[in-house]
Order: sequence, then structure tokens, then C-alpha cells
Amino acid sequence: MREITYRQALNEALAEELERDPNVFLMGEEVAEYQGAYKVSHGLLERFGPRRIIDTPISENGFAGLGVGAAMVGLRPIIEFMTFSFSLVAFDQVVNNAPNMYTMSGGQFNIPITFRGPNGPAHQLGATHSHATENFYASVPGLKVCTPATPRDAKGLLKTAVRDNNPVLVLEAELLYSSKGMVEPPDEELLIPLGKAEVKREGSDVSIICYSQTVPLALNVAAQLEEEDISAEIVDLRSIKPLDEKAIFESVTKTHRVVIVEQDHPFCGVGAEVCYRIQKNIFDALDAPIIRVSQEDVPMPYNERLEKAVLPNADKLVAAVKQVCYA
Amino acid sequence: MHPVEQRDEVEMLSLMLLIRRFEERASQQYQAQKIGGFCHLYIGQEAVVTGAVAAVRDDDYIITAYRDHAHALARGTSPDACMAELFGKETGCSRGLGGSMHFFDKQNHMYGGHAIVAAHIPLAVGLAFAIKYRGEDRVTLCFFGDGAINQGAFHEALNLAALYRLPIVFICENNLFAMGTSVQRSTSLRQIVDRAEGYDIPGEIVDGMNFREVRDKVAEMVDSIRKEPHPAFLEVRTYRYRGHSMSDPASYRTKQELEKYRLDDPITRLRAQLTREGKLTNEQFDLLDKRAKETVLAAVKFAEKSPQPPLDTLYDYTYANGAMEPGHHRPEEPAQKRREGAPSPNTD
Repeated sequence: MREITYRQALNEALAEELERDPNVFLMGEEVAEYQGAYKVSHGLLERFGPRRIIDTPISENGFAGLGVGAAMVGLRPIIEFMTFSFSLVAFDQVVNNAPNMYTMSGGQFNIPITFRGPNGPAHQLGATHSHATENFYASVPGLKVCTPATPRDAKGLLKTAVRDNNPVLVLEAELLYSSKGMVEPPDEELLIPLGKAEVKREGSDVSIICYSQTVPLALNVAAQLEEEDISAEIVDLRSIKPLDEKAIFESVTKTHRVVIVEQDHPFCGVGAEVCYRIQKNIFDALDAPIIRVSQEDVPMPYNERLEKAVLPNADKLVAAVKQVCYA
Repeated sequence: MHPVEQRDEVEMLSLMLLIRRFEERASQQYQAQKIGGFCHLYIGQEAVVTGAVAAVRDDDYIITAYRDHAHALARGTSPDACMAELFGKETGCSRGLGGSMHFFDKQNHMYGGHAIVAAHIPLAVGLAFAIKYRGEDRVTLCFFGDGAINQGAFHEALNLAALYRLPIVFICENNLFAMGTSVQRSTSLRQIVDRAEGYDIPGEIVDGMNFREVRDKVAEMVDSIRKEPHPAFLEVRTYRYRGHSMSDPASYRTKQELEKYRLDDPITRLRAQLTREGKLTNEQFDLLDKRAKETVLAAVKFAEKSPQPPLDTLYDYTYANGAMEPGHHRPEEPAQKRREGAPSPNTD
């Protein structure tokens, strides 16, 4: 194992999959000559050439659709959105064409495509650039959605996504690109299956269910809670769809108390689905009502203080944990 | 050998008759409520797809919008499978899961059947991208209506095709109406083909009621593309005799206008050309028409007696390599009730 950044981990995943399979190509805005808007594709143009690392004009609908068409005849496109906020311009391709094709063609055309890029609020980008899209994409049958929080997960999930025979969305996070973590050496194949959560920290008093940007938040809060003699277990979903119910239920059966901390909005958010499944399946395991900590239900304000107030934060999470623990 | 010379014109006339009789029968079966949803008929436009398909190889890619029955038939999808799809049966060309607007036939390189106006044009560019990526000499034919040319997807797709020099012919089937809105009321240009010029794509106009004109122009474009990949644009002036869909009485146009086009009927026209040249007798034509009618009638019978898709396959076609729901399958597990003969996913 060695320590690398989340950005490097993604870069390695791309390079390894491009190297392994000639049907894989990377396409998006500024992925080639500019080396990636967030430098995730740094060096790939030089290594793989313009046939496989392809700059596009600002035409999300156009190039997302191009990817779906290329996937119909067996190529395995990786389509980068500069941010998933811009994927909304390509919503029709991501929601209508990519996941419906397999059904509508009676199983003749599956779409092995990866859509990837940063997702969720970053820092003071305002309402149009701060969308957390995981809940609405996860609600579409035929799509898979994963949300890596660490460099290791980023590499392993992206590689798995590229090899999946279905459309997979890899929702990265701008604020995580420079974060560091331990990852297996490059000569060791790292594949992390979709639909497998990971307990990032063991605990016995409360399960904090999180994903993406809320994972580091939850880990910090867990350290803080330890000083107050509350032992929090941190369950990182890693994939929103498929959802690892088993891991969630195992943790909750052990701790009997749940806080879900999510980066999307509360109404029809990821936490609502998780909450429903827990109460339906292991109602008797619960010692307290489940609490969700999410964004406030408003478009993201630019003002820094207001933005902080909208986002989940340590104070809100600690308060929620104390509430479910009756502490 | 030039593909144009390979296709027998009498055979092509026979295909046009098959399309016409198929659509007439579909209309009747729709009214008898054997067919659900939306149903858009191709009657009047037969020379367009027939002419275009006559100009390409069987392994070239074709893709179209929702008025797609003819494109499947022209590509060689069996009338049985087409009619069964309209009936929603398991034997349909999309296993009864697509319906009238979503015909697919992988084997015959028919890539749909797409019902969101212009949303398939980027897909077509993707098919062409794959051709160039692999260094093949195939061509993609992308059909769409005049209603598609004011969608963003159309413009983005044309720009990408021109930028990357992709092997594709954009074929605009201009039947003068986007649903009930005439081209004059929807499009700022005097003629649709001028849209291509804006993207530096060579474009031409042909008479879509004339099989030979469509075929020869497409052949010329495809020929040039095979030598050196590039996009081309063809505006085909045509007319649909029926309404936009089965529920449209087409009250936005006059009877006189319809009659004018009926007199210019593409089937009548090719028949007259062939008769004049001594390549077809009246008896032969009647026989072709009789055969077309019989084929379509047999297709209705086939569709009627075909089974419904089984309920226990509901989750079989959501994810390739197995369902995720219900029963919370892990994605790597195969679906439990995958039936024999179920298609295997694209893994190459």
C-alpha cells in the first residue's frame, strides 16, 4: 500500500482500464489537451493519443448521446461531465436513452457506459453548480450509482464501473480530489464491487450511515463522540444503487440506533430510501426513531455563511447522534 | 460492385408494397384495439427508406425515430416479428417491451426505433464514431423528421459529426409537418437543408416520392463517405398520407393538398417506371401486391397466436447480467429466472 490522492487514484483507474481494453475511451470537456478540468485525466492524452482521449465542445447532450450510441455497438465509453450539475443538460441521454435501451430492445442492446465527474456541493459555486444528483439518478431503473469517498474506493469502483455491462454513474466529489489515502500498488488489480458498503470505523452505540463527502465528516464526528463515550459505527454506502442492505442491517442490528448523513436534499433523498428499508425489515432492532441529516431544502446560496448553514456539518451530526442516543 | 446495381428494383417495389400493406393492416388492428399506445404510420413515405436502404450494404448501421415500422421491414426484420411487437407479444422484434415506437433488430443492424424527437441523432453520431474508431468502412444512416431539426440534440450532433469527420448520412424525412405544425411555422429557414451548411456539412435535396432519386443520391453520398469519412445531409421531400399518429385526423391540412401528393404516389411512380421499361407487367404487379397482403395477413395471425411475455421475466431486461431487484440480488449474481434463449449481453 502507498498513499496517493483521490485524483491520482482515479487517474490510475482510467489509465489501467484504457491499457487493458482497446474498446475503452475517455471523452468530455477539457479531458485531453487541458489535462482535465480537475486534472483527473492528466497525462492520458500523451499516453493514449487523441483517438482515445477526446476533447468535446460544450455539448453535454451531444457527447453523452454519442457515448450511448458507441456503447450500442460494443465500445465502452467513459464520459466525463465537468460536474454532474452539467449532466442535467444531458438528462435525456442519461435517463431516457442509456438505461432504457436494454429493456426497450428486449435485451438486444445493453449499454456498457460510465458517466463520471464531480458531484455535490463544492465551495461557494452557487445553486447551478452545487447539485447532488445521486438521489434522482438512483431512482431510475437501469442505472447504477456509486459514490466513492476515499482514494481506494475511487480507484476500485471506477475500474468496476468501466467493466460493468450497464450504465454506471461514478459520482466523485470536487472537495475530495486532493484528499489522500492508502491504496494498493499499481501492479495489484483493485476492483471493488458495486453494491458493497464498507464499515469505515467500528462502533457499538450508533450507526452513522454516510457516503461520499459525508464520510470524512462522519469519521471526524465519530472521533469527537468517542471523547464523550459514544461509540459510533461509520457505514460508508459506497454504492447508492445497488444498495447494500445487508451491511446496513448488520450494523443497525448491532447498534440499534441510526443517523443517516447524506449530501443531497431531504425530500425524496437517499436517506429516505435507507430509512424505509430499515424500518420495514428490522423494525424491532430500532431503539429510537431514525434521524436524517441532509442539506436544507433550499437552492444553494452563494454566501459562505449561508452555504455552511445549508450543508450537513459536525454540529448537526453530533446533535442528531445525541438525539437518537437520548444522550 | 456498386451496391446500387445489386438491388433488384422489382424487389424494392415489392418491399414498398409490403410496407404499405403492413401499415394499412396495422391501422386496422389499432382500430380493433389489438395494438396499444401510439402508432405512427409511414404510408406515403415508402420510397425514402426503401431508396436509402437500397443504396447501402447490409452491415451498414441504420437508426431512426418513432415512425419506424418501415425501417425495420426494409432492413429485413420479419413482418411477423414487427406485427408481434405491435401486439406486445414475446415474439416481437423487441420482445413486446418496446412497442410501435421502439423497434430494434441487432442482427440486421437496425438500432431503433427512438421516440424522443432528435434524441437518437447523438446516438447515430455514436454509431458513426464507433465505425471510425475501429477503422471500418461502414456508414451510418440516421433518419429523422422535419420536427427534429429545431431540437438542441440535432444541432449538437451535427456539430460533433462535422468536427470529428464521422461517416454518417443525416436523412431528414421532410413530410412538411411536425405533428400538426407545418415547417413554415416551426423553422426559420426557407429550406431545411440549409441547416447542414451551418455545420459545413454538404447537403442536398431530393424528391422523396421518387425511389430512384433517393437511392442514387444516397449511393453517391455513401460512396464518397466510404472513400474518406465525413458527414452528409439529405433533405428528402416526402408526404405522409395519414395523420401524425392514429389519433390525428390531420385537420390542419387540406384535402386538395393530400390529393396532390396521392397523385404522385411513390409506389405508382416506380411501378410506372418499371412498366414503361418493360421490366414489370400488370400481372406481375398484382401478384406482388397479393403476396404482400398475404404476408401481412399471416403476420397478424402470427401476432395473434403468439404468447404474451411471461410475468416472471419482468426483471430480466433491466440490467444486463442479472436483475438487482426484487429479492436484492447482488449485481454479480445471475438472475434466477433467466430463460433459455434470453439474449446475452454485449461483452465484446
